[in-house]
Amino acid sequence: MSLILDHVNHIYGEDTNLAVAALRDINLVIPDGQFIGLIGHTGSGKSTLVQHLNGLLQPTSGSIYFNGQDISDKDFNKKELRSKVGLVFQYPEHQLFEVTVFQDVCFGPKNLGLSQKDVEIRAYNALKQAGVKEEQFYQSPFDLSGGQKRRVAIAGVLAMQPEVLILDEPTAGLDPKGRDEILGQIKKLQKETGITVILVSHSMEDVAEYVDRIIVMNKGAVMFDDVPKEVFKHYEALEEIGLAAPQVTYIVNRLKKEGVPVDTNVTTIAEAKDAILKVFKEGFSPC
Amino acid sequence: MLRDITLGQYYQTESVIHRLDPRVKLVGTICYIISLFVVNNVWGYLVAALFLALMIHLSNVPFKFMVKGMKAIVFLLLITVIFNMFLTPGEALISFWKLTITKEGLRLAIMMAIRLSFLIVGSSVMTLTTTPNNLTDGMEKLMNPLRKIKVPVHEIAMMMSIALRFIPILLEETDKIMKAQIARGADFESGNIIKKAKAMVPLLVPLFISAFRRANDLAMAMEARCYRGGDGRTKMKPLVYKKADRIGYLVLSIYFIVCLSIGKICEILMGMILGIMMSVG
Repeated sequence: MSLILDHVNHIYGEDTNLAVAALRDINLVIPDGQFIGLIGHTGSGKSTLVQHLNGLLQPTSGSIYFNGQDISDKDFNKKELRSKVGLVFQYPEHQLFEVTVFQDVCFGPKNLGLSQKDVEIRAYNALKQAGVKEEQFYQSPFDLSGGQKRRVAIAGVLAMQPEVLILDEPTAGLDPKGRDEILGQIKKLQKETGITVILVSHSMEDVAEYVDRIIVMNKGAVMFDDVPKEVFKHYEALEEIGLAAPQVTYIVNRLKKEGVPVDTNVTTIAEAKDAILKVFKEGFSPC
Repeated sequence: MLRDITLGQYYQTESVIHRLDPRVKLVGTICYIISLFVVNNVWGYLVAALFLALMIHLSNVPFKFMVKGMKAIVFLLLITVIFNMFLTPGEALISFWKLTITKEGLRLAIMMAIRLSFLIVGSSVMTLTTTPNNLTDGMEKLMNPLRKIKVPVHEIAMMMSIALRFIPILLEETDKIMKAQIARGADFESGNIIKKAKAMVPLLVPLFISAFRRANDLAMAMEARCYRGGDGRTKMKPLVYKKADRIGYLVLSIYFIVCLSIGKICEILMGMILGIMMSVG
């Protein structure tokens, strides 16, 4: 179970005078069970890229392979691909339409042609995984708060039981608490079920704590593709394309510059704390 | 998937037609449509076709875009042609089963097909070369005299411009929701008509909700900027006729006169030629 992108290009409005190259020569291998952060500035092509992964968009040139099969082949089963690669769009709460939360989450598995019982079991599990409270199951989705709606919408995709879960800016417009809760829930889910997760975001801070690998996109091309620590080493280059490394990266680098022998190889607040405390334990004294 | 609808979409480029005052284009389109329905001979249509071809050429918009607008009315066109062909009484041409194609019917069907397609392409030239804002500005200005008889001209124009403004937004929204539901396994294409109609529910409900939300937001934003209708409202870029616009009106009148009289002219010319030939013979 893996996704391979081979020289993928995508041009919007190809034969008009408004042609925009959204993707330029993308080559990626996405193996099983990885937690990937896909980072880029607005308009860098990240949303376009993820829509290719479940066949909603076709590459203008190049190929995408899912489990060794070319997904743009005529006889390729797109419906199956879409059940295996779950895509949660930006502001997914805008797609809710059913009378109750539970029925809305049933929509996906129902489309897979499962029996009523299986559909309901899947919906129940998905709602639990997304952290929706049971008393909300039979409420109208439109009565919920923004954060709750979003969980329901994510559950709607989880109910398809995808092997690859792609979330396009799942935390846009949420407060910090809602953001941490949703990201925590996704991380927990990924650990428990071992599915591949691709988290699209424009904020390094959001993803640094959770992901194993970061892909940085700039102007439709892949700029960096590495583990977070390595990517953050290029924090100056990241700044140039309008992104930023997590704040702790700046703190430790600044400390180092000022002559404090701190380990700059940190990505999270917890790691930074340990690194700084270690310096003091080793007998460093300022002044 | 929904990008095929060009009616009401602006094509950004640089051309004489683009620079024309929207009023000229509006009046021109109306004149053109009138001419299409008044003319009833081949020569007139020929002039109309030539005029349209010239406008398309001048507008710098690829011909493809004009034809794209036709896709939306293919069905209507087909129905019109079929009805006219079979249901016009007259001299029978071909008849099978209970249906008869009459000579008059065929003539009428072809004429209607030409009229409709020219009408669509002609108005596409206007919408493709004029931004919605410009268009409604022109409309407001043209309808201004109606204010004397208490027609809410500004309000109508404002509603028009908002409606036009919302077309691409709602199209984009539809596209997005459609994709989101397809990602959840929805199927909008296969099945019979009832199944297809049912499949629209997951698309239409979120679309309506989003339209209302946007309308509400817009109303709030307008109120917050003290919008209170047309009285005493000035324009940042008032419409002023320039030299090109006057030439435009001139070209238009020439077209109109030629188009309407060419039938007569040709008749007279033919008569004259025939007369000469007769006298020679």
